Formats: sequence, C-alpha cells, structure tokens
Amino acid sequence: LPGTRSAVAGAVTMEKVTDYKDAASYNNFYEFGTDKADPARNAHTLKTTPWTVEVDGLVKKPAKYAIEDLLKLSAQEERIYRLRCVEGWSMVIPWVGYSLARLIEKVEPLGNAKYVEFITQADRATMPGLRASVLDWPYAEGLRLDEAMHPLTLLAFGMYGEVLPNQNGAPVRLVVPWKYGFKSGKSIVRIRFTEQEPRTAWNKAAANEYGFYSNVNPNVDHPRWSQATERRIGEDGLFAKKRKTLMFNGYEAQVGQLYAGMDLKKNY
Amino acid sequence: MASSATHAAPASRRPPAAVSRGLMHPAAKPLLFALCLLPFGWLFYGALTDGLGANPAEYLIRATGDWTLRFLCLTLAVTPLRVLAGLPALARFRRMLGLFMYFYVVLHLVSYAWFDMGFDVSEIARDIAKRPFILVGFAAFLLLTPLAATSFNRAVKALGAKRWQALHKLVYAVAGLAVLHFFWMRAGKNDFAEVAVYAAILAVLLGWRVLQWAKRKRA
Repeated sequence: LPGTRSAVAGAVTMEKVTDYKDAASYNNFYEFGTDKADPARNAHTLKTTPWTVEVDGLVKKPAKYAIEDLLKLSAQEERIYRLRCVEGWSMVIPWVGYSLARLIEKVEPLGNAKYVEFITQADRATMPGLRASVLDWPYAEGLRLDEAMHPLTLLAFGMYGEVLPNQNGAPVRLVVPWKYGFKSGKSIVRIRFTEQEPRTAWNKAAANEYGFYSNVNPNVDHPRWSQATERRIGEDGLFAKKRKTLMFNGYEAQVGQLYAGMDLKKNY
Repeated sequence: MASSATHAAPASRRPPAAVSRGLMHPAAKPLLFALCLLPFGWLFYGALTDGLGANPAEYLIRATGDWTLRFLCLTLAVTPLRVLAGLPALARFRRMLGLFMYFYVVLHLVSYAWFDMGFDVSEIARDIAKRPFILVGFAAFLLLTPLAATSFNRAVKALGAKRWQALHKLVYAVAGLAVLHFFWMRAGKNDFAEVAVYAAILAVLLGWRVLQWAKRKRA
C-alpha cells in the first residue's frame, strides 16, 4: 500500500523505526487474546473482505462505506508516528492512511455533534478473545470532535508500506499519536457522531485507571505504575535506563492548544 | 490413636515401595535441583540470545514472578501430598523447593529493580510507597526472607522446632499476599483467568491444612 510522505506538521518523526517483526508480533488486541503474542497467532481468522464501515449519528450525510471506497476517499500518506502504550512501552511506526478529517468532512457533522464514537469488530466466530468477558464487547473508543478533526488523527489502512496485518487492526484502524495506544481502535466497523461523551471500553472496565482523554502525560501516573518513562521496543536494551516520556507523546506543539485551560490531572 | 497413624494413608492406597525407594535415592535431590534450575537456565539463555520477544525486560519480570508462584504452590503441596499419598520421603524435598521459591522471588525483585527502575533506590522506595501492588509484593518478599535465612538445620536447632514452625507459618501469609499482588497486577488487563488458577491451587493447599487443624482440634 503506497503512500506519499505526509506534509502534515509533526507527521514524520526522524526517529529510528521499530522493526516490522516487533510491531507485528507484540500487540494488544484483546479480541484475539490478552497475551501480546496472541494476536499474531490468532488473527489470521479475521475476514477483512467484504468490510464496511458505517458512519452515522449526528451527521447530515450518514453512509456505509465499503473498504474499497474508503481506501480511495483521499490520497494515502505515509506518517511516521511514535506509539506510546499505556503499559509503558513505545514504538515508532510508519503508518499509511489519511487524516480522519477527510472522512468527517464528507459526512458533514451537525451543529450538535460534539463527540465521535468508534466501534470495532466483534465477531465471535473469528475472534476467540470474545469468549472472555475481559471487556464489554464490542470494543468502543471515542474522541472529542475537535480531536477527531485534528490533522494528526489518522485513519490508517497500512503500515511499513503494506496493507495492515490483521493483528494490527486490518483493514482500517485509527491512530491518535498523542494518546495512549488503546485510544486507537482496531478493525473499525462503525463511526458514530454524538452529543454526549461516549462510554469507552477501558473506562467501563476501570474508570479510575483509564479516563476518556488518556493523553500521554508523564506527570499523571497510572494508579499502578509511573508514566514518566517508557521502554522503546527493540532499541532500549535490557540494561538501558528507560527514556523519558514526552508530554502528549512529543506532539505538544501540534495538539497542546486542544487542551488549553483544562486540568489534565482531572481529565486524565 | 497416635497422630502419625491418622495421617497415614490406608494400606490399599499406599504407593509401591519403588516410589519411596526412588525418592530416597541419592540422585533424587541433585536431580530435583537441576530441574528447579531449568527455568532459570532457559531465561538466562533467552536473555543472552535475544529470545525473549519484543520486550525482554517485561518478559523476565513476569516469568520470574510466575516461577515464584509455581514454586510457592510446589512447596505448599509437599506436606498434603506426603500425607495423602503416604510418602514420608517427600519431606526431604520441601526445603529445596522453598529455597528455590526464594531464589526466583529474588530474581523477580532484581529484575524489577534493575530493568524497570534502573537500580534507582529513591525511585524504587517511592514506587513501593506509592503503589499498593508493589508494596504487597515487596511485603511478601520481606516475609519470606527470615524463612530463607532460617532454613538450615542449625537454625532449626537454635530456634527450637516449635518456634521454627511458628515462624515458617508466615508462608501462608505470603501465599495470600502473592495472590493479591498478582491479582492487582492483572487487574490492569482485567484478566483474572490465571490468577484464579493460582488462587484455587493455593486455596486447596491451605484449605487442606485448615481441615487437618480442625480434625486435630476435635480429636
């Protein structure tokens, strides 16, 4: 899946890209099991064609997009983003996709649309992880409309110049690089515009640990571990000190103004 | 009836003499020692050859924790198994299993302190104070330390069997703390399947002791 280098500010970091092998074998995708090796092992069952994404809720032009049409909706760009997992590790991944804003513009949100909810695939026949009631399936995530409209918010179809591997959220996923990884839903089937803040899967499971915003923030610790540092997968050796986590995962210049005046300790 | 008789298995359920002879064989202890070192050898080899996956630090911290729990279960299984199976020879291995539990918990603590905290003592102290899940794990380690320190014969003699036994009952508290530590750790993943397995095994092993105690009290 080719993409031209993105011109969006902050969209191409010059850091060393994580090995494809690590990015495609160390995944959190609970629909295929909670162990990080499970998705690569189990996700071959995911059926990505035919695939449709329903876009509805508070929009003027609700629509059902076949994946083929979604792929052609805007020019594919390559973006190299840092990915920071809430668990304290990070990667650098070259994604292929376009700004979610391109899709949002097409469906024309109504004036009262304040939030966007993302619902991901939940198919018992192909996703063995759904048998465990670890989360309230289907996995749901959400963004404020202005966050969703931000040019860095990526609708991704590929990585490393190829179509997304199933375990990384084929055929279409979200990538929000300044938030913890779990905010970026995989294998999306529905995008809904709402007036109320949508309930998200991890917030429902543990509200005191996972807030709606979940912006990467070294100053707000997870209740059970520090978020001040992170281990870069494949790079920071076993004996290296962990590297400092950056505010908004290093995207403060681009996204800081979205949260001006907000108490980020309260809105974690 | 003498208590030793109530503890023995009925003759029909007694294992063949060959099993007892095997357990008493001079090679049995060295063999068990080598077996107990296998997980360590495998982790050490994996760490040297980049064979522990994308996040070797996390792998080592988790694997040493897992092996601590497994050795805790094995150690606590010795006495029930000895009594139920009528195999007094099993008692020979209890100390070694207990000390290997301590070996793996030390590796667990060192992995955490080294790979996660970079041996930053003030950072570690803050982490222990701040996070109940770390605190509980650390408390379990502290409680195990006097048990490991008094595991040799001279210590048993010096303390007297009664006091030594009372001290070593701390391992029951350790079992509770270890499960709580693991539970809190997995609470992040909202995934309690494995926690439930260890909790069930330990509940059976401790429950059996409670039953024995109640029986002795009635007798």
